[in-house]
Amino acid sequence: MIQNHLDILLIAIVTAAACALPGVFLVLRRMTLMSDAISHAILPGIVLAFFLTESLSSPLLILAAAGTGVLTVVFVELLERTKLVKEDAAIGLTFPALFSIGVILISRFAGNVHLDMDAVLLGELAYAPLNRLKAFGYDLGPVSLYVMGTILLLNLAFILLFYKELKLVTFDASLAAALGFTPTLIHYGLMTLVSVTTVGAFDAVGSILVVALIAGPPATAYLMTDKLSRMLVLSALIGSVNAIGGYWLASLFDVSIAGAIATMTLLIFVLVFLIVPNRGLIAIARRHARQKWEFAQTMLVIHLFNHEGLPEAETESAIADLHEHLSWDPGFTSQVVKYALNNRCVSRKETQLILTSHGRTIAQQALVQ
Amino acid sequence: MGNLSTLIHFDYTLMIVAVGAALLGTVSGALGCYAVLRRQSLLGDAISHAALPGIAIAFLLTGSKVPLILVLGAAIAGWLGTLLIMSIVRLTRIKYDSALAIVLSTFFGFGLVLHTLIQRTGNANQAGLDTFLFGQAATLLERDVLTIGILGGIALIVMLIFWKELKLLVFDADFAASIGLPIRTLDILLTSLLVIAIVLGLQAVGAVLMSAMLVAPAVAARQWTNRLRLMVLLAACFGALAGVSGTIISSTASRIPTGPTIVLCATVVVGLSIAFAPNRGLVWDRIRQQRNRRDLKAAMEIQE
Repeated sequence: MIQNHLDILLIAIVTAAACALPGVFLVLRRMTLMSDAISHAILPGIVLAFFLTESLSSPLLILAAAGTGVLTVVFVELLERTKLVKEDAAIGLTFPALFSIGVILISRFAGNVHLDMDAVLLGELAYAPLNRLKAFGYDLGPVSLYVMGTILLLNLAFILLFYKELKLVTFDASLAAALGFTPTLIHYGLMTLVSVTTVGAFDAVGSILVVALIAGPPATAYLMTDKLSRMLVLSALIGSVNAIGGYWLASLFDVSIAGAIATMTLLIFVLVFLIVPNRGLIAIARRHARQKWEFAQTMLVIHLFNHEGLPEAETESAIADLHEHLSWDPGFTSQVVKYALNNRCVSRKETQLILTSHGRTIAQQALVQ
Repeated sequence: MGNLSTLIHFDYTLMIVAVGAALLGTVSGALGCYAVLRRQSLLGDAISHAALPGIAIAFLLTGSKVPLILVLGAAIAGWLGTLLIMSIVRLTRIKYDSALAIVLSTFFGFGLVLHTLIQRTGNANQAGLDTFLFGQAATLLERDVLTIGILGGIALIVMLIFWKELKLLVFDADFAASIGLPIRTLDILLTSLLVIAIVLGLQAVGAVLMSAMLVAPAVAARQWTNRLRLMVLLAACFGALAGVSGTIISSTASRIPTGPTIVLCATVVVGLSIAFAPNRGLVWDRIRQQRNRRDLKAAMEIQE
């Protein structure tokens, strides 16, 4: 039983890492939705190959489906090249059409074969360890672990081998073309990889949730770093964390594992979106708040500085009347005074506010700027 | 006698389904134009997938399967999903496509979690995930068609009322903002109209294929005209055409699901439009190229 849990967890982690790696480049190249298109459009390929092989995990099926995925990319690009259809619309046209063909094929002919629509679209991670690889009578572990492990290594090898090329094509395609790096070749290599990964993963998590594994971790990592290499590592890590967290969630509430992993992906994304330093929502809100007080404090010291040493200084710097001179709300004014006192820009002298040397410097600097 | 009555009954059911599909095609075709022109063709895909948790929550809260309540849940979830997409794009450097993909897949995943939760409570014959994914046009009842007609009609009327503003939003949002139109509000209004069209379509064609109902008629219509008015009108007609022909074709043989057939019909309309539409179409383009070549040749010969 524990072995079973461990198997599922391992498959989930390996799948998540394998999906996250090519996902990084899709997110950076603004092509994330291609994964959505591929994952749906491979259905007719899966169905046709399934009619031939009658097995969901045969290598032929994976090849046929991956071929359909690449074909989808070609279709989308051909449509785009007519200049009659924009990229997003081309994607939106291609995959529903291919998917429809797949659904019709299934409902028309699948009465006598065992191909469950739900299995294709939603996957069922819990069943993944049941199909085991056996050699010479030994149980070597679940087949899908080997399939996804191979795909993970393939992705890793491709990215390591063509790291420089991928980086160049991603960030400056025209420079890459000028230097003779053939962006088209790299592009199709990447798309083949995405197709193979999607096909490998749909067995475990289904074709809709593959998108969560491909887009979620890289987008989360994108919020955290500016470096491509760091983003790749972070994505794989976040993907694994999502897989572990999702599995834990699923066993806690006894719900769909794939769904729970997707939910975890959303939670982690939103969490990072909120708390990441500098770019997170909380950081932005705090910066705004701080800027507001800083600005008000600067206005206050400038006001005091303007009237310092002049005959009207006594009335202009009376704490009780400050809000009238600055045309601020009285409550806001007292808060600003408190803020400035805390920062030692001003000090209190009976009923008046006078500048400290620090405050004077701030005012002078602000006026010079 | 019995045969005759089943025949009439059959035709009546078919007619109801065809009318429903036609209405749906009209509404989604017309509203889809805006999505396609704003390069948000896949927003429909995101909204339709994001609707699943809404349906599940509506069912968990009320325990009822009244379509209107489930549709309301779906609409709220789809709408929230879109708002999340908009704020991700506005507040982070994550691009539109990634935001769309994240919301689409994770909302759907959350819906799936809720769905398994409902299944586990033993509430047999629950909200029907298959129906959500693929739709069941064949089960459309008079009541459903009436709902589609009324809500879709309202959406179209609102579109006509704000015609000028929406047109400006689509073609020149910056200008619209500069003359003081509230573009955020208009954006939300347009999205809400799309949400209505999508949740209405869920029952007929399902979440996976709903995006095609928005995109295909609009892309086809775009090939025939450069005017928004004509494009919306044509897209509505194409949508209705696809709906009716898909329904009829799928009824001619057993075990051909209606939703996918409707989508394929719409795709055929797109193919024909891209090939044969005057001025923009591929055939037209080829003829023009040949004529140019001939004229150029003739001109060269005259020069010699």
